[in-house]
Amino acid sequence: MKRLSWFNVTSLTLGFAFLYIPMIILIVYSFNAGKLVTVWSGFSTKWYGTLFQNEAFMNAAWVTIKVAVISSTFATILGTMAAYVLVRGGRFMGRTLFSGMIYAPLVMPEVITGLSLLLLFIGLGLDRGVITIVLAHTTFSMCYVSVVVSSRLVSFDRSLEEAALDLGSSPWEAFRLVTLPIIAPAVISGWLLAFTLSLDDLVIASFTSGPSATTLPIKIFSAVRLGVSPEINALSTIMIAIVTVGVISASLVSKRNSLRAQKDAQAAERTAE
Amino acid sequence: MHNVSQTVFAPWDDPDKEPLIQFQNVTKKFGEFVAIDDLTLDIYAQEFFALLGPSGCGKTTMMRMLAGFENPTSGTMKLAGQDIADVPPNKRAVNMMFQSYALFPHLSIWENIAFGLKRDKQSKDQIAARVDEMLKLTRLEKFAQRKPHQISGGQRQRVALARSLAKAPKLLLLDEPLGALDKKLRQDTQFELMDIQETTGTTFVIVTHDQEEAMTVASRVAVMDEGRIIQVSTPAAIYEYPNSVYVADFIGEVNIIDATAKPAGKDEYHLDWAAGEAPILAASERPFSEGQKAHLAIRPEKITITTDKPKDASNAMQGKVLDIAYLGNLSTYHVQLPGGQIIKAQTANTRRIARRDITWEDPVWISWSATAGVLLDQ
Amino acid sequence: MRRFTLIAVPYAWLLVLFLVPFLIVFKISLSDAAVAIPPYTPNLKDGLGALLAELDFENFAFIASDDLYWKAYLSSLRIALISTFCTLLVGYPIAYGMAKAPEEWRPTLMMLVILPFWTSFLIRVYAWMGILSTEGLLNQLLIGMGVISEPLKILNTNTAVYIGIVYTYLPFMILPIYAALERLDESLNEAAEDLGCSRTQAFWLVTIPLSKNGIIAGCFLVFIPALGEFVIPSLLGGSGTLMIGKVLWEEFFNNRDWPVASAVAVILLLILIIPIVLFQRNQQKQAEAEQ
Repeated sequence: MKRLSWFNVTSLTLGFAFLYIPMIILIVYSFNAGKLVTVWSGFSTKWYGTLFQNEAFMNAAWVTIKVAVISSTFATILGTMAAYVLVRGGRFMGRTLFSGMIYAPLVMPEVITGLSLLLLFIGLGLDRGVITIVLAHTTFSMCYVSVVVSSRLVSFDRSLEEAALDLGSSPWEAFRLVTLPIIAPAVISGWLLAFTLSLDDLVIASFTSGPSATTLPIKIFSAVRLGVSPEINALSTIMIAIVTVGVISASLVSKRNSLRAQKDAQAAERTAE
Repeated sequence: MHNVSQTVFAPWDDPDKEPLIQFQNVTKKFGEFVAIDDLTLDIYAQEFFALLGPSGCGKTTMMRMLAGFENPTSGTMKLAGQDIADVPPNKRAVNMMFQSYALFPHLSIWENIAFGLKRDKQSKDQIAARVDEMLKLTRLEKFAQRKPHQISGGQRQRVALARSLAKAPKLLLLDEPLGALDKKLRQDTQFELMDIQETTGTTFVIVTHDQEEAMTVASRVAVMDEGRIIQVSTPAAIYEYPNSVYVADFIGEVNIIDATAKPAGKDEYHLDWAAGEAPILAASERPFSEGQKAHLAIRPEKITITTDKPKDASNAMQGKVLDIAYLGNLSTYHVQLPGGQIIKAQTANTRRIARRDITWEDPVWISWSATAGVLLDQ
Repeated sequence: MRRFTLIAVPYAWLLVLFLVPFLIVFKISLSDAAVAIPPYTPNLKDGLGALLAELDFENFAFIASDDLYWKAYLSSLRIALISTFCTLLVGYPIAYGMAKAPEEWRPTLMMLVILPFWTSFLIRVYAWMGILSTEGLLNQLLIGMGVISEPLKILNTNTAVYIGIVYTYLPFMILPIYAALERLDESLNEAAEDLGCSRTQAFWLVTIPLSKNGIIAGCFLVFIPALGEFVIPSLLGGSGTLMIGKVLWEEFFNNRDWPVASAVAVILLLILIIPIVLFQRNQQKQAEAEQ
């Protein structure tokens, strides 16, 4: 293996510094004793204490998690169905419109999605609250889920399903016993993506939420608009920590799986007669 | 024609025998493309039937229609006398061994084999007994608890076979079953397949593009091209009595000599094949009229090559050796005739130290009898 | 039957919650503002005939005549273009370095690029507020080093918006370029050098053209969302930062003028269709080339 040239080393170092230094600063100042986020005045964890006592934040966090769990679950079911239709559905009336509606929300500015959903909910006379946010989040996350799942389905060996049918399964059994277990990793990452998108969303939630339900991003946004505050730093640190643990453990699991697959392949070669 | 000591297995010659599978004027179109063109064919119980042809000839489509994954555009398909057009694949007493094997990667070998049995709602003991029987038949007992990616390619092939045989189907379809194996393993497995077919008494239909494989395993071979069956016969008949230049050329090596026929006695013809050359004498049961175009198909091993002019050969001509292909067991000589035509002649290398009396540029004689070749009209 | 359900459920969902809302936006963009609930006329209550008769392009005419909107669209385009270009300048060397890194590092580097993508967008934008403000860490650092004597005003300017966009959308630029560069056969560059190119020439004549598709994909992935961006201009930008997403938001929440907000949305969408179609075509071409 050739060594990296100084140019590459520099660009990687500067690039990752640019990506990570702001977050590191954010984390460091969450432990600042002073009120000012920009002046270091000693180590303290008091902002975490005040954060947990801040009922408005805690309520918003609870609403956000509830919305994220429900909407990502619905989005996963609908998105998997949509992916199946896209990849395996064959021809049907309005297929082009269908695939257009799957891909359009991915590039649609959030302000437009939010605005249009709000106008729909008002037209239908729905009270804005948890339900409307769930509906909105399900709609745009299902499109992301279906993109993730359909990319897995495209590479799925169709003869596996045919073999299940050939051996006497009904189409539903073939899906449940063969297709679903094999595409499960894609479905799970679709769910995680939908969950993160929902947790993260400010704009669409702002349009579709009512006074009865405020999500964490809305809360953070209105607090941040007034300026930086160490409480927000503490909250951010917690969120970054959760995501980091999640992503690192996911990549460790996938690394272990690929190592095991390698070992299996070697073992298979050895046992070959 | 068949010199087998036991009773000859030839249900296709018995007009009273009911075929297991009947294709009657079956046509399959994909849009404008005609994959199967008005095809009629009978396959009998306990046959090992091979569909042979180049890729795109429609053999896979035929198999997928039998399995139920495609429906004929027109015509009827019967299994044991019953029309199966509307029977979905999961309700057919037909199982298939897929080209990719299609082993379920998330299930163990044992669970793979049990998969079809579980769908039949058999009791646990029944399933276990049957799976064990299948594992034993395919010598996979040691690997029952492994996952498909933990065994070798040859073992995977046997799992696929065991899984499709487990439900004791009336008909087993094999889609290029040995395509993924290397040559040595493929030859061993061919005999294993034949043994298993004989022990279980199942009717096998195999799709292959490998003519050697079809000849080795099959009781009958159907040679296909562009959605049509060109010839259906036993391997020996296909080789020795091809009905067309296409079949003769597809199976094994052959010399084709284009000529004009001229009757010369009962079932014998003189063939004018090149200006200024003596006509070739060929026997043929297929009648030809005076001046009709004919193609003489003659296998290289039926042609004798000698340094001296042979005595009393029906056909003999002189040429010079252009190329020699030494294959170990055989040598093929490419002999160029004065008119420029190249004829291939083959000899078996029965002695270890070959008599190297024929070499490049040598003038040689090639000769064959009147019955050595087949005279074809198309 | 089962197939019908499978198609019908997601289809109906998207029709009701994606297509219909959009048609409503379109309809309202043709209505007039009113002091009522909902604050526009005509309504479906007035009957379909009256409804169709009263729809007009007044809002669009209004948007066309008021140069606030023109300026907002143009300035959104400018900001999106400039920041896409900056993201490319920052992202390409990183992607290049990743593709040249030893194979066993690459999954880790990939993870490091993707990790920020999973963390909250809002938090990542927020992180820059503390750095860029007048008393912020950047100014402290620069004054401490003696580069400047007076603190720079960066927060609440367009510069801060550029930094914010580059920072938050950088993974979208890096990943497609990295994917293109990783597939690049090293021997192509060696062949170019063997045929007399210098290193730099080989880079411009071989590497850049062969990573073209990745560059195009990355640019669109940054440009399209940046154009309708709302969070970054409202947190990092100043009162002078005009971006159409922000205008739409203010029109809707502050002025409560729904018809104009809808008309702004319709025009934004029309502007977006061009890059989206171009992007689609690029993706398709790439997919075909791979087959």
